[in-house]
Formats: sequence, C-alpha cells, structure tokens
Amino acid sequence: MAVLVLAEHSNAALNDVTAKTVAAATAFGGDIDVLVAGHNAGAAAEAASKLVGVRKVIHADGATLAHGLAEALEALVVPMMASYDAFFVPATSIGKNAAPRIAAKLDVMQVSEVTAVHDSSTFERPIYAGNAIMTVKSSDAKKVVTVRGAAFKAADGAGSAAVETIAAPAGPFKSAFVSEELSKSDRPELASAKRVVSGGRALASAEQFNQYILPLADKLGAGVGASRAAVDAGYAPNDYQVGQTGKVVAPALYVAIGISGAIQHLAGMKDSKIIVAINKDEEAPIFQIADYGLVGDLFKIVPELTGKL
Amino acid sequence: MKVLVPVKRVIDYNIRPRVKADQTGVDLANVKMAMNPFDEISIEEAVRMKEKGVATEIVIVSIGPAQAQETIRIGLAMGGDRGILVQTDAAVEPLAVAKILKAIVEAEQPGLVIAGKQAIDDDSNATGQMLAALLDWPQATFASAVSKDGDTLKVTREVDGGLQTLALQTPAVVTTDLRLNEPRFASLPNIMKAKKKPIDVKTPADYGVDVAPRLSVVKVTEPKKREAGEKVADVDALIAKLKSVGAI
Ligand SMILES: Cc1cc2nc3c(=O)[nH]c(=O)nc-3n(C[C@H](O)[C@H](O)[C@H](O)COP(=O)(O)OP(=O)(O)OC[C@H]3O[C@@H](n4cnc5c(N)ncnc54)[C@H](O)[C@@H]3O)c2cc1C
Ligand SMILES: Nc1ncnc2c1ncn2[C@@H]1O[C@H](COP(=O)(O)O)[C@@H](O)[C@H]1O
Repeated sequence: MAVLVLAEHSNAALNDVTAKTVAAATAFGGDIDVLVAGHNAGAAAEAASKLVGVRKVIHADGATLAHGLAEALEALVVPMMASYDAFFVPATSIGKNAAPRIAAKLDVMQVSEVTAVHDSSTFERPIYAGNAIMTVKSSDAKKVVTVRGAAFKAADGAGSAAVETIAAPAGPFKSAFVSEELSKSDRPELASAKRVVSGGRALASAEQFNQYILPLADKLGAGVGASRAAVDAGYAPNDYQVGQTGKVVAPALYVAIGISGAIQHLAGMKDSKIIVAINKDEEAPIFQIADYGLVGDLFKIVPELTGKL
Repeated sequence: MKVLVPVKRVIDYNIRPRVKADQTGVDLANVKMAMNPFDEISIEEAVRMKEKGVATEIVIVSIGPAQAQETIRIGLAMGGDRGILVQTDAAVEPLAVAKILKAIVEAEQPGLVIAGKQAIDDDSNATGQMLAALLDWPQATFASAVSKDGDTLKVTREVDGGLQTLALQTPAVVTTDLRLNEPRFASLPNIMKAKKKPIDVKTPADYGVDVAPRLSVVKVTEPKKREAGEKVADVDALIAKLKSVGAI
C-alpha cells in the first residue's frame, strides 16, 4: 500500500499542517510519499524530507504550480495516483480547493476533514458544525481524504528521505492567477498557534479590535482570531475567522473576547485545551464551554489583563 | 448568459442538531429546515448579475425529497426564473450530486454555475469542485467578489492567508463564501409570483446517475462533551488560575 501526501507550504517554508497530515497517513498505513508542488520550493521539499515516516519526497517545480491552483494540481496528481492507494491532503484552502477536483477525476467520493483514521477504509469526521461525529467506511478503490490538522499530532522532524524532482504540468489552464493580497503579520499563524486570542462583534470597530485584541495577543505570543460577525463588519480580515466555515484551531489556550459562542463559532475552537471567555452577558453560551469565564466589560478587563501579564 | 444555481435543503442553521439514540444519524423529524445559507448567497449573486444584464436566466436545481420544492420556491421568490427538482429520498453524496448536475449542465448549457462552498449539514465542501472536474471547467471556490468582463470572469477568493484573485474563462464553476453579498428577503408579492414559476420534477434515473453511496455510515455519535468550567471573580483570579494549570 502507498499514500501520497500533498504538502502545504509557502514555497519558502513547509507549513506545520504537512507533518500532521503525514501523521494521519501513518495511521492509514503503507509507504508515504510527500508531494511538494510549487515554484522555487526547494526549501519546503528539503524540510519535508526530514519528516519521520516519509519514504520519499517528490518535488514538482514550475511556474504553473506557484499558487497551488486546482487545475494545475489536478493535471499533476491524477496521473500520479496510478501508483497510490490514497491521497491525503491538509484541509487548508489549497487542499479543500484541489482535493475534490482530483477525487472526482478518480471517481472517488472524498472523505472531508477527517479527525481520526481507524484503518485503511474507516475514518471519523465531524458533521453539522461538529455537533455530530460520523464514522464512515469508504468502498472506493482509492481514498481521497482531507485532514483536519488540529486533530493530529505532527510527525517528528528527524527523518531523512530522498528528494526526487519531477516536471510541473505545462498549462496553460482555463483559470489564471491575477493577484493576491496576503495579511502580513509577525504573530504566530492562527491555525498552528499554541495560543489564540479572538475578538467578536463587541469590539465594535477595526480600531478597537486592534487597540484591545492585538496587545493582549502580543503579551501572550498568540495568534489572532475573530468571529464571523467581527469579520463581516470589517473589524478583522477574512482569514482571521474561526469556526465551522472558517479555520479550526485547537491551541493550548483560546481566549474568546466579546464572542457569544454560536455553534458555528464553537465548531472552530471547542477542542482547545483551555478556553477563557470574557463577556458582559453572564448567560452567553460561550460560558458553557469555557474553563474560566470572566463576566464584565471587555474594555475594562482586557487592558487590565494585558497590563498584569 | 444562463446561470445555474444548485441549492440544498438542510436543517436551519439556528437549530442545534440532535444525534439519534440508535447512532444511525441526526434526527430530522419535525426539525425546521431551510435553504443552505451559502446557496442563498449564490442566488443573490445570480440575481444581481441578472439585474446588471450579465445573466439572462437563472435556473435553480435541487436534489432531494419532495419538500425540496419549497427550497426551490424560495429561490424563485428571490429572483430565479425556473426550477428543476431531482427527487429522491436517498441521501445523495457530493460525487453523485456533481454527476447529476453535470447531466443538467449538458442539457441546459449555462455559462456559469454558482454553488455554495459548503452544505452546513454534511460540511463536505466538495460538490462545486467535483462538478468543475467532471465538466473540465475552471473553478473559483470561496468567492468574495465576482465580476464579468467579456468572456472572462474575475473572482476574488477567501484563502488561508488573505485574498486571491483569479481570471477564469467561461463557462466556469464558482462557489460562494460568506462575504460575497447579503442575500435579500423575498417580498410577499414575489413569493406569490414564484408560485407560478415552473419547476420540472425529475429523478436521478432520468440522468442515468447511480446514487448508491460510496461512504457507508458505521455510526454517528455525540461529540465529546466539554465540562462547563467556573466563573472567576476578577483579572487577578483569572491570572492565578491560568498559572496554576500552566496555560501562561
Ligand atoms: C452559514 C453560516 C456560517 C457561519 N460560520 C461561522 C464561523 O465560521 N465562525 C463564526 O464565528 N461564526 C459563524 N457564523 C455566525 C454565527 O452564527 C454567529 O452569528 C457569530 O459567531 C456571532 O459572532 P459574535 O459572537 O462576535 O457576535 P454576537 O453573537 O453579537 O456576540 C457578541 C457578544 O459580545 C458581548 N459583548 C458586547 N459588548 C461587550 C463588552 N463591552 N464587553 C464584553 N462583552 C460584550 C455580548 O454579550 C455578546 O455575547 C456562521 C453563520 C452562518 C449562517
Ligand atoms: N442535494 C443537493 N442539491 C443541490 N445542490 C447541492 C446538493 N448538495 C450539495 N449541493 C451544492 O453543493 C454545495 C456544497 O455542498 P457540499 O459539497 O455537500 O458541502 C451546496 O452549497 C450546494 O450548492
């Protein structure tokens, strides 16, 4: 048996979720090869070769792969799958975009956002915003699985696999990259941060979001998240959204500030180790899952907390 | 340009789903159902394209039980022109939904399919991408802005690091994200008018699609319950607690 794992990376660096996807593939069983598809991504391929459990790294390098677009990944991966039994993909925006396209080409029903791998055909995944956990058995000849990184412990980085280089697909494709606008920040990346501080609608403006949430995050060395309401209102950028339809995080510490705790938000953070909630409404549902709740006005509490840490 | 919008009938997003005691699934008996919220966003986008003269006709498709007609009617009241119900009581997986949609696309020849990014019941986030693959069409998922310039569609996407903009040749598949627009409410007169709009009723067999599931459900269980913790009196108490458990 053999599994192909798609690496998540920024060309310059390997994203932590790759090691978690390798860990999920290890539970599946068989030989594991990691595909680093990118442009000038030698450093990411090098980092992938260190992951424990990896047989080899396949490094596909070329301009058509620079932005991880679905059509180019389809052209690259579908022929490769002749020699694999499974394709494991991190459930990131690149993975969620490309994997179903590849699955359909292989006539396979994808298993999305897997949180546990029981054996080579049985998987657990949350449905209904995590209000139910479904165990499914796939009857497809090949498996295509997206992996929820927050549910797996990263594979260690002490291995030494060989790196093999292959050509990128030629293109052109029917979709083309135009531009991107990436949020720049020196803070830990939300999806893999050990601590996360999130702000909700109560922050009431982008200025106050920045003024109250960011200093606390910096004191804690935390990544920054937000509720949908805060993102919709423009207080925080879209890539900060935590929840059913945003990012799923499970840090050691999650601080929810001025967030009510709708099921769609809880879906993205209720597996955090310690949850702190700060909310002026003592009936707010967030308190039902918080380890430590502080009832009061965030505009008083947060500066005091930041000052005393 | 004709626009096709697939819509799914799902449990209303305000309802907390209950797992059945026999672990076979989630209890949908007497539960309030609604259109998948992302699909409302898709219809709104299609209607705005029609208002701008970019779209000529909006066809709304649902695959599901007889009651999915009601879901299609909501879409017609929002501004859709006609509907197609592919009626089945089976739970149809995204791959089979995509195959049925492919057959409908081949018959209807739309220039654009706008689907939701994710159905809030199965949370698969797969159907639009699968349809694009089966049609060999380009795709732009998680859209937060869409504009058309000649035969090219410019789509801004919500990605992990921020925003990405793509140019797509048409025909194409787009899937919608939350920030694309704010869906309108159907007005009473439009709800009345929608009752007269046509809905074709078909079956999966009409399209020659086998809807037998590829994933069999072993069981559906409750998630691990989180114990409610404690309220602390003030900031000092909070800091002391966090120190005592090694969180800071
Ligand atoms: C299809 C769909 C998908 C969704 N996906 C997501 C998702 O991924 N993530 C997500 O977060 N939501 C999501 N939502 C939205 C979700 O249902 C809620 O609307 C949202 O989470 C509410 O955000 P909030 O808690 O910031 O706002 P609110 O619910 O308005 O809560 C604000 C809270 O702040 C408190 N407050 C106000 N002032 C103060 C103060 N001065 N000090 C302290 N506390 C204060 C209030 O008591 C209140 O509890 C989704 C909804 C739909 C329909
Ligand atoms: N049974 C269905 N009928 C019509 N459209 C569907 C159906 N299932 C999924 N879709 C479409 O595919 C999108 C994504 O669903 P999913 O891939 O199941 O998360 C939905 O928002 C709908 O636009």
